[in-house]
Amino acid sequence: MTENRRRVVVTGLGATTPIGGDAATTWASMLAGRIGIRTLTAERYADMPVRIAGTVQVEPTEVLDRVEARKLDRCQQLALVASRQAWADAGSPEVDPNRLGVVVATGIGGINSLLDNYDILLARGPSRVSPMSVPQLMPNGAAAWVGLDLGARAGIHCPVSACASGAEALSYALSMIRDGRADIVVAGGTEACIHPITIASFGAMRALSTRNDEPERASRPYDKGRDGFVMGEGAGILVLESAEHAAARGAHIYAELAGAGISADGHHIAQPEPEGRGAASAVRLAIVDADVAPQDIVHINAHATSTPQGDIAESRAIRSALGSAVDRVAVSGTKSMTGHLLGGAGAVESVATVMALVDRKAPVTANLEDPDDAIALDVVGATPRDLRSGDIAAINNSFGFGGHNVALVFRSTS
Amino acid sequence: MAQSEQEILEGLAGIVNEVAGTPVADITPEKTFTDDLDIDSLSMVEVVMAAEDKFGVTIPDSEVKNLSTVGDAVSYIAKASVGS
Repeated sequence: MTENRRRVVVTGLGATTPIGGDAATTWASMLAGRIGIRTLTAERYADMPVRIAGTVQVEPTEVLDRVEARKLDRCQQLALVASRQAWADAGSPEVDPNRLGVVVATGIGGINSLLDNYDILLARGPSRVSPMSVPQLMPNGAAAWVGLDLGARAGIHCPVSACASGAEALSYALSMIRDGRADIVVAGGTEACIHPITIASFGAMRALSTRNDEPERASRPYDKGRDGFVMGEGAGILVLESAEHAAARGAHIYAELAGAGISADGHHIAQPEPEGRGAASAVRLAIVDADVAPQDIVHINAHATSTPQGDIAESRAIRSALGSAVDRVAVSGTKSMTGHLLGGAGAVESVATVMALVDRKAPVTANLEDPDDAIALDVVGATPRDLRSGDIAAINNSFGFGGHNVALVFRSTS
Repeated sequence: MAQSEQEILEGLAGIVNEVAGTPVADITPEKTFTDDLDIDSLSMVEVVMAAEDKFGVTIPDSEVKNLSTVGDAVSYIAKASVGS
């Protein structure tokens, strides 16, 4: 069955993150160990239990046209910035609009616009609520704006699966191309939900790091001192294309998106299943779907959010899924530098996974000062790790509240 | 507070520029919001909200559909602000 399946390749990359205003800068920061976690200095955070976050390095309003930007929620602005980068990087391909799809996910959607308009409602009444508030708050808004920008007509989608959303978008895009619905799909994820209510809400779950006095040291996956994740904002977008379409137009190919695996924990609304069974299942399914040999898997960009339980559950899942092959796999936790971009995470980390294959380097895990003995993985620390030559593959893991598990397998093409 | 039609035109042009990005010089009385200035129905709501705030008037939805041109809006605002 896999013999006749359409192959899907990556031909464009875009990102805007706490460590770079584009994909190249973000990737360079991941190799250099630069950290984008900062103190939230606005007055409204003064009484918050958490006062740190990964805010984008380049404000989207510096990049977008003013009139365009004012129509969009911040998460939509970030998605549009990243999608334009990715599209230009792909060479702005000529494609039949009916064969062009868009899948841009978000975990939370336009919550800042919703809350801003709620403040207006309370202060000035219903007559001053913006007529753009619905397009701004709807989770599919970012996908819709990207689709409008590109004139895409093969279908526009927004999977919502919390912190697995960005990876699920890539999985959905892969299916669209394999199923013959599209030749090119612009896919990824975005999030911009930093606000006192989200900080307070995640804080109430005891999910966030409270290392307020040392923002750069707060996100520390696999380190004994980790105490929760750090919220981040940003977007990552990949241009996915059928291999035939890419070859026909002579496109530059970064890597192949070889397979995806999706599972659900069936365990708890927010806590990971302690043994990582669901996550392991997603990784196994992705490897089977990609039809790669276990010995070709050399790198994992792990979900690794820096929560005490989550990192351990994922490490068990990875070991269980890969067996003895795991000892030859360099595992990186790039949220140590970006923070947790929630619905944008899987997409930004897929950009990183692709670049790891291209540059043959596994990126840094910052702040790994005192590795947790319970983590039985070969974690890349402060120095990037060289990956071998030849045919190699890498996995990106993303998991979300609700028990969503998505694993993606990328394969080298050069 | 009485405002001259010229003052209202200038103020309205500033609002349309803010909402839709149309150059101020292009916003003249004979232009229609929909066809000439490419103001869609959502942007028109924003223009009306901003004009109500700026000129201290109320423009009911039932009137907005009669405001086809910039000049129509200027005249309506001028009359309404005299009455207020």
